[in-house]
Amino acid sequence: MGIVGDVLDEGLEGLDHNFLTGNIEELVKWARARSCWPATFGLACCAIEMMATGSGHYDMARFGMEVFRASPRQADLMIVAGRVSQKMAPVLRQVYDQMMEPKWVISMGVCASSGGMFNNYAIVQGVDQVVPVDVYAPGCPPGPETLLHAIITLHGKIESGELTKRRAATGAGAGLIVEQRDGQASPLQIGR
Amino acid sequence: MGYLQGFAVTFKKLTEDRVTTEYPEQKRPKADRLHGRHVLNRYEDGMEKCIGCELCAGVCPANCIYVRGKDNPDGDPVSPGERYGFIYEINYLRCIHCDMCVEACPTEAITESKLFEFSFTNRADAIYTKNELLVDDDGMPQHLPWEDWRPGEDEMTSGWMRATASSGNAAYEGKVAWSGELGYGVRAPEIGQSQDAPPADTSDSGAH
Repeated sequence: MGIVGDVLDEGLEGLDHNFLTGNIEELVKWARARSCWPATFGLACCAIEMMATGSGHYDMARFGMEVFRASPRQADLMIVAGRVSQKMAPVLRQVYDQMMEPKWVISMGVCASSGGMFNNYAIVQGVDQVVPVDVYAPGCPPGPETLLHAIITLHGKIESGELTKRRAATGAGAGLIVEQRDGQASPLQIGR
Repeated sequence: MGYLQGFAVTFKKLTEDRVTTEYPEQKRPKADRLHGRHVLNRYEDGMEKCIGCELCAGVCPANCIYVRGKDNPDGDPVSPGERYGFIYEINYLRCIHCDMCVEACPTEAITESKLFEFSFTNRADAIYTKNELLVDDDGMPQHLPWEDWRPGEDEMTSGWMRATASSGNAAYEGKVAWSGELGYGVRAPEIGQSQDAPPADTSDSGAH
C-alpha cells in the first residue's frame, strides 16, 4: 500500500520512508494570498484605475491576480471600484453572496468607502453597509499604486490569517456597525 | 500565411524593454501637481500655522474636514494668531484630494504631500487627527504604519495652483503660481504656471 503501508497497525514506525511535517494551514494561506482572483466590479471612474493596475505598467499579474473573473463563482476578491447607488446595492450583495468562501472585499475609492463627495439620497454611504469590507483604498480615484498598496495589505492579512479569524469571530470585515438613529427603517433592505 | 505576422509581433515583444514598474520595490516619479495626503505645517519656532478659521472645512466639497478653533491659551500660545485649531480632522474615506482646502488656507497651514500609497483596514485609521497630520519636530510629515514612505519623499510637496494672492502678496494677485511649502518656515511663492514664466524649480525645497 505504498509508503503508508502498515501505519494503521504499527503507528508511525510502520512508515517505509522519511517524511516532513508542516503546517498545512500556512500552505493554504500562502496559496490563497497568491491566487486571489478579483471579480469584475467596476462601477465608475475607479474602474479605469483598476484596469490600469491590471495592465502592463503596473501588472497585477505579478501577484497572481491578472484574471478578472466575470463569474463570481470563480472569484475570491471583490474590488468595489466606484460609487454604489442604492439600486446597485442589492446586485452588489448578490454578487458577493455568489462568490465562494473565503472571499474578500476591497473598497476602492472614497465613493465606495463612504459615499465621498456624493452625500445624497442616491448613493450608498459606504459599501460596508452592504458587504463586509476588509481593506479601504482612499483617493478619488486611488492611483494604481494605492490600489496595489491595498492589495498588498490584503495579501498580508490573508497570509497572517487575521482576516479569516476576524470573520469567524464577528462575521464582519472591518467591524462596522451601522446604527439607524431614531428607530428609522434601514435605508437599504436586502433580501426582504 | 498571414498568421506568421502575428507571431512576429509576439516574438518582437519578447525582446523589447519591459514597461512594468515593480511597485513594492520601486515607485514611479510623481507628477508635479499630484495631490497626496495632507500635512499641517508649523513655523520655524514650532508654532502651528493653523489659526482655526475653518475656511478649509467650509470650502471642502466632500465635507471631509472638521475643524474647531479656540482662543490661544494665555502665556503659552499654540499659533501666532489669536486662535488656533484645537481639533483638526480629515476623513480620508471622504477626501477627494481636490486641494481646495490648500487654496483656501490664509496661512498656508495645510498643504499636501505626495504620499498616495496608503490604505486602511478599519475606518478609524482613516480619520487623521492633528496628531497624525501635524509635522514632527524636524518639520517633516509623520510616517504612519499604514503609509508607504520612501526615503526623500517627505521633502516633496504638492506644487499647487493658486489663483489669488499668495500670503497676501499683491504681486501674485490673479496669477497662477506655485507655492512649494512644507514643514517649517515660509517659502516665497514662485510663478511657475503662467505662460510667460519658466516652470519653477521645485527640487530646491528652500528654507525649512
